[in-house]
Amino acid sequence: MAKIETIDANLYYGDFHALKNISMKMELNTVTALIGPSGCGKSTYLRLFNRMNDLIDNVRITGQILVDDEDIYSKNINVDELRIKVGMVFQKPNPFPKSIFENVAYGLRVNGEKNKSFIEDTVVHSIKQAALWDEVSDKLNKSAFELSGGQQQRLCIARALAISPSVILMDEPASALDPLSTAKIEELIHELKKEYTIVIVTHNMQQASRVSDYTAFFYLGELVEYGQTVEIFTKPKLKHTENYITGRFG
Amino acid sequence: MTHLDTELAKLKQQLFEMWLLVISQVETSREALLNFDKGAASEVAFREKMVDTYELKIDRDCENIIALYNPVAPDLRLTLAVLKINADLERIGDFARGIARFIKKSPKKSINPELLRVCQIDELIKNAVDMLTDAKTAFENENSRMALSIFSQDDFLDDVHKNSNKIIADYIRKHPDEIDEALHLHSIIRKVERIGDHCSNIAEEIIFFLEAKVLKHSGKKKL
Repeated sequence: MAKIETIDANLYYGDFHALKNISMKMELNTVTALIGPSGCGKSTYLRLFNRMNDLIDNVRITGQILVDDEDIYSKNINVDELRIKVGMVFQKPNPFPKSIFENVAYGLRVNGEKNKSFIEDTVVHSIKQAALWDEVSDKLNKSAFELSGGQQQRLCIARALAISPSVILMDEPASALDPLSTAKIEELIHELKKEYTIVIVTHNMQQASRVSDYTAFFYLGELVEYGQTVEIFTKPKLKHTENYITGRFG
Repeated sequence: MTHLDTELAKLKQQLFEMWLLVISQVETSREALLNFDKGAASEVAFREKMVDTYELKIDRDCENIIALYNPVAPDLRLTLAVLKINADLERIGDFARGIARFIKKSPKKSINPELLRVCQIDELIKNAVDMLTDAKTAFENENSRMALSIFSQDDFLDDVHKNSNKIIADYIRKHPDEIDEALHLHSIIRKVERIGDHCSNIAEEIIFFLEAKVLKHSGKKKL
């Protein structure tokens, strides 16, 4: 069963047709990388899955976007509940001006969780899952802004994990990080896919090939080629994909 | 043209230079054997060092390209194919030197033409040179059909090698005083047969590069 599926998904920003008839399936517990040049629609496509595009004026969406076989754009969908199920990590780490602990506890608290020991256990578990525990265990009450960029990004991942999503969307999660922090995020992605389904947008080809099981190449709002990462990076079916991944684009 | 394109073009150019050198080594070893020319044999031995130098340089360049440019898809296949063809060409160079060494070290001044004739040495080595030359053309022109044709050219070398025990045994029975030369010729037939095998390996690498297909161990030399 596909965890996420789109069937003939189209998105328009006013008159601009940004996504054109995108149909693809993402399996449970896999990492799918979305690649393509700037403006190709990959981030727009990613934001379909937690309805982030709803926040933009003049957006019109057609087709079906399914998570766990449920159309997330149907009228009876509660967007807050959807965003608990589908977490997101952004390009730049965006911790809240709160302590490390409270950053991770925030999602639980706004969702009404009052049980202190549950919150505490969940925060610790999430920070451990995000491979950050060893670095912050003795300073949970310090401000999140005291952490390095790489640590802040892992804190944001811990914050996303705390509300128990089953899907994690990552929009260039390592593009603002140094190589060591990038390596930690990539290792983390590898670990997290055992429990989560991950969709990641990246401009870094090597990152896409290292972390993902499947790769989708987008161009001008169209899905050009989608397949197993090992196939895409060794013998892509289309010349267009080959030109892009080998840097001979345009 | 990307920076990687330039590096790959340089890599190919070096491989072609090495290829020409190895073809010339096999041809010269053939002439040395047919004419029992110790001068030509010395030339092969001397130029073997150049083959080795090319091998080391191409190995290092492939390593650098993989480390620095992270090639993928056809670029990666090309780099891997060059790496393997490089090793095949170096081994072929070794076999040419092995043939030349027999002439260089032989205390005799000539070899019985009858022995060369029954062993079909001229045809054998010409066939090997043709395979090597065709493989180079196939790679240069990116022609997988031509690469495929190399497999069937290997059959002649395999057949002669298969019958060589009987041929050499018969010859020794008729010419017991030439037992040393006959045994050396037997080992030369084996060397030429191995050259053919390496040419087949090269053809497989060319098809891997061009078609992303692995024919190794498949038993099917068809696309």
